Amino acid sequence: MTDNAPVVRLDGITMTFSRGGQALTTALEKIDLEIRRGEFVSLIGPSGCGKSTLLRIIGDLIAPTAGEVTVNGKPATRARLDRDYGMVFQAPVLFDWRTVQGNVELPLEILRFDRAKRTARAREMLELVELGDFVRHHPYQLSGGMQQRVAIARALAFEPSILLMDEPFGALDEMTRERMNLEVLRIWEQTGTTVVFVTHSIPEAVFLSSRVVVMSPRPGRITNIIDIDLQRPRNDATRETERYFELVTAVREALHHPGSTGSSGSTSSTSSSGSAAGPRPPSTGRLAVEGAVG
Amino acid sequence: MSAVVVRTRPGGAGGRGQETWSGRWVRRLRFYLPAVVVFVGTLAVWQVFANALAGKVTVLPAPSVIVETLRNHWDDARYPLGAAMQGTLTEALGGLALGTLAGVLVALASARFLTARDILLPVAVAASAIPIIAMAPLFNAWFGILNPLSKMMMAAVLVFFPVMANVTLGLVSVDKAALELTRSYASSEWAVVRKVRIPNALPYFFTALKLATTLSLIGAIVAEYFGGQRNVLGRIIVESASSLAFDVTWAAIMLGAASGIVTYLVVALLERLVIPWHASQRSEQ
Amino acid sequence: MSNPALAAPAGLASPATVGMRVRAAGRVLVSRRARLALFTVGLALLFWEGGKLLFGVPWRADGALIWNPPFRIPFFNDINLPHIWAVLGGFFQPWQRGKELLLWEYLAGAALFTWREAGLGFLFGSAIGLVLATVFVHSRLLERAFVPYVIASQTIPIIALAPLIISAFGQSMGSVVLIATYLVFFPVTIAMIRGLRSFDPRALELMRSYASPRRAIYWKLRLPASLPYFFTSLKIAATASIVGAIIGEAPGGIQNGLGRVIVTFSNYYATGPEKLWCAVIASALLGLVFYGLIALVEARTLRGRGPAG
Repeated sequence: MTDNAPVVRLDGITMTFSRGGQALTTALEKIDLEIRRGEFVSLIGPSGCGKSTLLRIIGDLIAPTAGEVTVNGKPATRARLDRDYGMVFQAPVLFDWRTVQGNVELPLEILRFDRAKRTARAREMLELVELGDFVRHHPYQLSGGMQQRVAIARALAFEPSILLMDEPFGALDEMTRERMNLEVLRIWEQTGTTVVFVTHSIPEAVFLSSRVVVMSPRPGRITNIIDIDLQRPRNDATRETERYFELVTAVREALHHPGSTGSSGSTSSTSSSGSAAGPRPPSTGRLAVEGAVG
Repeated sequence: MSAVVVRTRPGGAGGRGQETWSGRWVRRLRFYLPAVVVFVGTLAVWQVFANALAGKVTVLPAPSVIVETLRNHWDDARYPLGAAMQGTLTEALGGLALGTLAGVLVALASARFLTARDILLPVAVAASAIPIIAMAPLFNAWFGILNPLSKMMMAAVLVFFPVMANVTLGLVSVDKAALELTRSYASSEWAVVRKVRIPNALPYFFTALKLATTLSLIGAIVAEYFGGQRNVLGRIIVESASSLAFDVTWAAIMLGAASGIVTYLVVALLERLVIPWHASQRSEQ
Repeated sequence: MSNPALAAPAGLASPATVGMRVRAAGRVLVSRRARLALFTVGLALLFWEGGKLLFGVPWRADGALIWNPPFRIPFFNDINLPHIWAVLGGFFQPWQRGKELLLWEYLAGAALFTWREAGLGFLFGSAIGLVLATVFVHSRLLERAFVPYVIASQTIPIIALAPLIISAFGQSMGSVVLIATYLVFFPVTIAMIRGLRSFDPRALELMRSYASPRRAIYWKLRLPASLPYFFTSLKIAATASIVGAIIGEAPGGIQNGLGRVIVTFSNYYATGPEKLWCAVIASALLGLVFYGLIALVEARTLRGRGPAG
């Protein structure tokens, strides 16, 4: 497979939920999307736009009503059985009866790694998320951010080809969240996995992603895809660049006016590389950074 | 943690109104069908089995024989089943009333004092670990072995602890925000108790009361095992079983079971009337 | 689940301090509880002897009058409510006139015998309960067919079956074990049906994302998640098994257990009330010890799960 071959391909995904036998809600309507190898793609949109549902459809945790999901060139169910997915949820979902080490070993046990390999691999992952000193701890002894790092280590432990993250930092405070964002970028750069990331924080989506997929509700559909051309490696300074503010604004606009296209950074944007847009008053930028959808 | 619970009623939320009456009944019927099949099947197999072995095995008389026995021995001199059920129910319900009253009073008195509560709850836990019914002979000695009061008190003691513990918990585990809200209206302490604590304790109270109906019957029947007047279910069960009149034993057991189910249902109905806002929320018993 | 309120922020939490803080909090709680328990027992004894002091019959030591209570209430006589020291002293008297064995030794033997029956019933009953619950949570059909009856069993006094079982299967240890077994398996089944479903639904999604077989989901998620429920039901079951054993022994003729001892001593209550009291205390202690043992195993097993597991 070449570097640009799609890891995930969605073809006309439609999802309707039936309630009480008759009433139908269309959660997703005719979603088409391709995600390439090594990409970091964020799904962003207001509550009820179906972004979490879409993530679960990609991960074959629920089946779409119509449409096709192809992952690594095979149907999603096959991909799940081949253990192509690593999942990270909004809550860490750690097993509180296992130690930190034991939690990271969980998928390895199910994949029948032998004991020595399990231990070594889990250690390695915990070093990666900088929790090497906490292997014997139990989840309740860790802070929320540390717990979420354990969840990430667990998701990465068996080297899945694609990492699905469902608002993984939604429950964390803003400071911890920014630190976790840096951490996730570092891990992503080191491991080179493909990441699909659901969030409703605009700054988070812009800071992390190579592409931001903007969705709108009722019925859930993709209204915009915004390329994020911020330089890598990204760090705290990135959050203060002009281009960052522009992109944040672009995503905001796309979210608030789903109909209109062609704001400053829309679909495979016009002003990509030459980030020499005119100076902006800082206040606008700050507003944009604080803005998160719902 | 509310996602998956034992579902005891057919059809989840949201189905109402969009379904026809007949459709709903068909679904309900289908839901209960396995349980009904088991019930009818057990009775049928039991009857056939007992008929085939008629005259040989008496431990398990046929259901029809039990029904017959119930009728024959209702006003019997030796095994007066009707009077026995009345006697045992009187003891159990008397004990239920006494134990519940005492439990609620103690809980109300203690809930305001932190230390009292810290003492009472561990005592209730300890009491739950102790085979209290071993005290039945003591109650016989205190209140007279022939006096129904001795059985009533046994039932009352069994009932007291869970009621006291649950009501205390209910009075105490109040939403902090609700307390602050009431305080912000400058309510009196008594108003807080009336408007916040007691409504909060009601579901706990009914949970305990449902448990207590069974406990009161257990207390009464087991206390009867240890001796007393003959016209009660416990005595009839012991005496008929030891003289191998198993049809009578089964009839008495069935009466005990029926008493348990009926008292439970009465309390469940009461719960529905008193706290419909709570009962409707739950999908489990 | 983990308790965010107790976890320190990432930057501050060192492995050592967090653990220490949790352990220290636990110790304070236990000693406070122990003090309260002692206080409660003391209070009860105070009321007991206080009542006798005010309303009882004349106190005597070696026949000599040492105190004459100012009021009389028949309930506080030495038969209904023997002096505490008389009850305690009873433990160190021969269990029967002319026998060498002291009452406490005799009662310890009886308690061990009863415990053996109760323990067997406890083991069988909880194993059956666990297996049944496992079957029920995996089969909707069987659940709908049988679980309503398991739940309904909690509303009826199933202990009423005890004399029937004794008469039907003979006055043997087996019958008593059978009674203890069925008293245990109902609560364990009900608790475990809930327990095996008490897992975090997202954990199931996680397991499915690993394409876990059902078996792995059971052993690695459902069963460990159900353990708090399991232990809660085992504590109920411990008491239930002892109640079952005592009741099984009492009407039957099983000589060696507490149930029979209680019946025998209650027949001679008028001449030696302290013996029945001692037997009742022995039953209570047996219940507390069994319960305590399970609570201990529970605490050790669930230790890693954090406060209030």
